[in-house]
Amino acid sequence: MNEQNYIELYENHKEDICKHGDDLLNEHREDFFQRWRKTGFPNTQTELYRHCDLNKQLAIDYGLNLKQINMTQGNVPFQCAVPGIQSHLCFVINDTFVSTQESELPEGVILCSLRKATQQYPDIVKAYLTQLTKGSDDAFALFNGAFAQDGLFLYVPDNVQMERPIQLVNLMNAPIDFMANSHNLIVVGKNAKAQLVVCDHITGSKQYFSNRVTEVFVQEGAQYEHYKLESTGKNNTNVCALMVNQEKDSSFLGNIITLHNGTTRNNIDINLMGKGCNTNLCGMVIGDGHQTIDNTTRIVHKESDCNSNELFKYILNEQSTGVFNGMLKVMPDAQKTAANQTNRNILLTETAHIHTQPQLEIYADDVKCSHGATTGQLDEQALFYMQQRGIAQKEAKLLLMTAFVNDVIDNIHISSLQDKIRLLVDKRLRGEENKCQTCKACH
Amino acid sequence: MMLEIKNLHATINGKEILKGVNLNINKGEVHAIMGPNGAGKSTLSSVLTGHPAYQVTEGEVWFNGKNLLEMSPEVRAREGIFLSFQYPVEIPGVSMVNFMRTAVNEKRAHMNLPQLSASDFLRLMREKKELVEMDNKLTNRSVNEGFSGGEKKRNEIFQMAMLEPQLSILDETDSGLDIDALRIVANGVNKLKTKDNASMVITHYQRLLDYIVPDFVHILYDGRIVKTGPKELALELEEKGYDWIKKQF
Repeated sequence: MNEQNYIELYENHKEDICKHGDDLLNEHREDFFQRWRKTGFPNTQTELYRHCDLNKQLAIDYGLNLKQINMTQGNVPFQCAVPGIQSHLCFVINDTFVSTQESELPEGVILCSLRKATQQYPDIVKAYLTQLTKGSDDAFALFNGAFAQDGLFLYVPDNVQMERPIQLVNLMNAPIDFMANSHNLIVVGKNAKAQLVVCDHITGSKQYFSNRVTEVFVQEGAQYEHYKLESTGKNNTNVCALMVNQEKDSSFLGNIITLHNGTTRNNIDINLMGKGCNTNLCGMVIGDGHQTIDNTTRIVHKESDCNSNELFKYILNEQSTGVFNGMLKVMPDAQKTAANQTNRNILLTETAHIHTQPQLEIYADDVKCSHGATTGQLDEQALFYMQQRGIAQKEAKLLLMTAFVNDVIDNIHISSLQDKIRLLVDKRLRGEENKCQTCKACH
Repeated sequence: MMLEIKNLHATINGKEILKGVNLNINKGEVHAIMGPNGAGKSTLSSVLTGHPAYQVTEGEVWFNGKNLLEMSPEVRAREGIFLSFQYPVEIPGVSMVNFMRTAVNEKRAHMNLPQLSASDFLRLMREKKELVEMDNKLTNRSVNEGFSGGEKKRNEIFQMAMLEPQLSILDETDSGLDIDALRIVANGVNKLKTKDNASMVITHYQRLLDYIVPDFVHILYDGRIVKTGPKELALELEEKGYDWIKKQF
């Protein structure tokens, strides 16, 4: 569908969208719609989307579930690629939140659908919802504001340290070409601690387009870890915005891993609003076929004495394309900032592409900032050295590639998840299925 | 005969470096290859181990009756050819343990032997480390990463001890070594010597041959072996210099 179709869709079904949508999302819906209508979808002339053309994917005539008809019934023959990590598990199937409610949450922690949260805890939701998206001018965030009706809500009260991670499985599954918009809201209270593992998966062979927004508020002294693992397929387009506000002395770890996908655009926006914040953002991409993966990140230091460290690594094979846009902004008040950004890429074929664009804007004078971007091939000398010791060339390449992404995997601080991801990465690099064979659940 | 090189010609980027090398090596022998810079010493070791940058244009190489030139580099290694590199490569992120375990088990699989258990492998590591007086902290690191020149050479001999090759090619193993390190490395090589294996020691100077005593000394010049003699030939060469050879040919 083109822009005009979506405008008509919105205008003709606004009532339904609102009737079945979250009340607080509804309050801002018209505003987002009007702003999106002005900007429209990006094209290759749009600076930040120059290497991420989604027009072909947008042209598909997707169905949308604006009446929020239950699409989750019946057994979805599905198993997450990282089961068995002792998590509190919930799903967003297409755009509908489903909780399994198997496990008991720590006292005061709220984990439910956004719609339910708005009904039961309107004051909490109201204080945060759209606080980050409303400042965005990204077309997909605006589009999400117009169409998203529900999502996950997580609230961790002050001083509550969650021991087990929460796992959100975003699953696309429909009998027709399908689009889903969802909006998640996460609030981690003062000195609280939470970990979220987001797994993006699909079943079926229809064309899918998911456009997901997650707003995260990390309060003073809080610790929040966000892991995103995408293991979908070539029939999936995934636009995913992660917007994080960090208050004083908080720490954030983001690890964005893309193993299998069609076209993926991650927009990651981190604002360091208070002093003494720690930010560690990393990610890795393994691409082959015609996979396209774009990680566009922005870290803004607004206050002094914060550290940020960013590390993204890509291994691209065949005709795959990678994009890395890394904006690091140090505002005038952010003295004593220490920031580092690294992007390293390996191209295994002459037909694979990487577009890397580190951007540093520094308006403070007492800072330590560094960045580096490198692109190369596997080290031929190292390969020969290993072969000379009797290691087959294929195995030698595997050892080098595994070593290359090791430091990203080291940045997974849930040991069971780290083990599973190591296994998945190894299988991925060997070109095997993305099923995790070690756990019974997969059989 | 273990190794039989017949009229070996090889080029790199179209330039001929080896111009007809003939050399036979039997079990239990130590052969020194000496020669001036650019004579083709390192090319010979690269060609024997199957470095992809070199092209063999003529000649044959037989190893234990098998056609060596038809084998991939890894198969040559598993068949028992080991090269101690002049410049060992640093491989960040690949641990020594993982690297050695993979190498040892690939060789064992090639010989139809079962994989070593974790404990047997660690025992083997410990035993061989002592042989070359290798520090524990080195084997806990990534392959050669941040090793000094001497440590890298010692690590080569350690790997040689682990893999127990039939034919070891030591390419300028003495370069960059101080006298103590040289003695340790040479001791390691001598301890690994048996009646069933052989070594080819490539060196520019006679110094190493004080420690690793060769049965034969060959002088490689302009891509050919121009002179072969007993160990005394090395001393003569040291005394007279390479100009002596250059003048003759």
